[in-house]
Amino acid sequence: MAVREAEPVETLQQVKEAGLDREDLLGMYRNMLITRAVEERGHILYKQGKIPGSFYTGRGNEASVGVGTAMGPNDVGTPLQRDMGVHITRGIEPWRIFAQYMGREDGPTRGRDGNVHMGDARLGLHTMVSHLPAMLPVGVGMALAFKIRDERRVAVAWCGEGAAARGDAHEGMNLAGVRRLPVVFVIDNNQWAYSTPAHLEYAVDHLADRAAAYGFDGVVVDGTDVLAVYREAKHAIEKAREGGGPTLIESVTLRMEGHAVHDDAFYVPKELFEEWARRDPIERFRTWLRDNAEMTDDEEDEITAGVKRLLNEAIQRAEQSPVPDPATVIDGVFASPDELETPHHR
Amino acid sequence: MAEKTYLQAISDSLRLEMRRDQRVFVLGEDVGLYGGAFKVTQGFQEEFGASRVLDMPLSETAIVAGATGAALMGMRPVAEMQFADFVSCAWDHLVTVAAKQHYRTGTPIPIVLRLPSGGGFSGGPFHSQNPESSFAHIPGLKVVCPATPEDAKGLLATAIEDPNPVLFFEHKHLYRRIRGEVPEDRYTTPFGKARVHRQGDDVTVITWGAMVYTADEAAAKLEEEDVSVEILDLRTLIPWDREAVLESVERCSKVLVLHEDTKTGGFGGEIAATIAEEAFEQLDAPVRRLAAPDSPVPFAPSLEKAYIPQVEDVAAALRDLAAY
Repeated sequence: MAVREAEPVETLQQVKEAGLDREDLLGMYRNMLITRAVEERGHILYKQGKIPGSFYTGRGNEASVGVGTAMGPNDVGTPLQRDMGVHITRGIEPWRIFAQYMGREDGPTRGRDGNVHMGDARLGLHTMVSHLPAMLPVGVGMALAFKIRDERRVAVAWCGEGAAARGDAHEGMNLAGVRRLPVVFVIDNNQWAYSTPAHLEYAVDHLADRAAAYGFDGVVVDGTDVLAVYREAKHAIEKAREGGGPTLIESVTLRMEGHAVHDDAFYVPKELFEEWARRDPIERFRTWLRDNAEMTDDEEDEITAGVKRLLNEAIQRAEQSPVPDPATVIDGVFASPDELETPHHR
Repeated sequence: MAEKTYLQAISDSLRLEMRRDQRVFVLGEDVGLYGGAFKVTQGFQEEFGASRVLDMPLSETAIVAGATGAALMGMRPVAEMQFADFVSCAWDHLVTVAAKQHYRTGTPIPIVLRLPSGGGFSGGPFHSQNPESSFAHIPGLKVVCPATPEDAKGLLATAIEDPNPVLFFEHKHLYRRIRGEVPEDRYTTPFGKARVHRQGDDVTVITWGAMVYTADEAAAKLEEEDVSVEILDLRTLIPWDREAVLESVERCSKVLVLHEDTKTGGFGGEIAATIAEEAFEQLDAPVRRLAAPDSPVPFAPSLEKAYIPQVEDVAAALRDLAAY
């Protein structure tokens, strides 16, 4: 069965119809640059030995900024390790991300967890775990709460194409379909689950084909086209908000680096990297902005310089963040009752 | 006070919580129209509506993970596993997400899992288990095992108020067999406070759940033999009442740790080790453990009787300790 394959966004007029003005577009471009810069600078810090553990990047998936942009202020989500663009767009400040990478007290998990295992409940982002896609049915539960309370809020739940093979994805999507919950599933299909290619992970043409089996719509979108990703996410989110039920968006890109930085991805054919490098999401959007939105050299320089400044300051500030006090090692295993007296839980 | 069954006390408590707090809702398999496999939620859908009493697909992961998601959004979900055994299907979610989320991110996960557990009626390997020790081993989860109707009511209210994931083990063999006086109004029973089920001073039995009653029958036999047995019902395993255990050990100086779960890695080992570490000088006999043997729970009545500690087994262990 064929699902809908989303068309590219071509003109500024189409973008405006999708709800973005020129300033929004430049903001998205800036967020994509920050996303990549955070990961590039993080990689350098990792090589310098300033980041313990392992280091993951989402190069090739910067169009996740489109999903973050499409979410409403009270919407929530559970982004994964290739979705830095969502964290940046929702407002997790780069200095806190570097503090997280370095295991410092000011990171979102205060050194209790590392790398992209982060979120901020105040920004509607709930922290992933390694067992993908364990947070997908959690996102479904968030949508269940919205449905019970009759709130016009939407949950976005992410999954990779590899993790789509796990039962959590099936149980979560089935429940969402049965209860017609306000949830949008985004499968970041980057074609490789660690070293395992997609054809050893699933046997359908498109993972979005599975949506039909759960009773909702599926769409495949070019995951290097941030505007198409935005448009499809926006459409699905607003549909869910209006009571139209879930949508499964399969966003196709290529993981442009290894599973983590220790992995040189020797198993990915060189030609594939070359082909997808020509579709780099940032370069593609930059060209679009120059051709269709008259982004000037001055604007571009200003954005680039601003991002560089932001990152320099962020790293300096993160390095000043204290390391966690060993005496606090078991703090927070259990929550205390006063922690529920927040607006979030009232 | 009215006399209630253990099951009725649980049902009453849940109903009272749902009346007083709109955030509390129930989700599970067959909990709606059918009222749950054991009828704990009978009549709930009529009273609270289908949006607060949710029949779920056979998806334990989605049920428990869904509860976590709803809790993160400010709800107070109470999820029913049809049998405690089936929580194995949601093990990953509980251990990987629910137990660790607050430590990692500071977001409380106030969820309760109701888990009909225990054997004694030929439920076989998949409808009889007592998996509490598996979860007691996981930092971040609380584990509750009430033995009396009064405790079941008060502990469930505490569980629903608690800002953490709570596993509430309801022993199926107590559901309709055990009756007791239960206050009509709402009350809470604190976690981590053991209850002296029977006072004595020669030997103490540390136990919980259905084994409280097995121990009590054995203690009555020993009383006829002039041995005074104390029974300490832990009520909750996480947190557990070390002070009460150590105080009882100090007074009686001989200890039997008794549980229906299997022996190796069972929570009794933790209690015995704590006594050895902290009360060695007070002991007049080696700490004795009595538990199910290390096998699946068998089906045939003759085998199941050999598996679950019986009154005679407990009495024999108590006699050995008294004579030591």
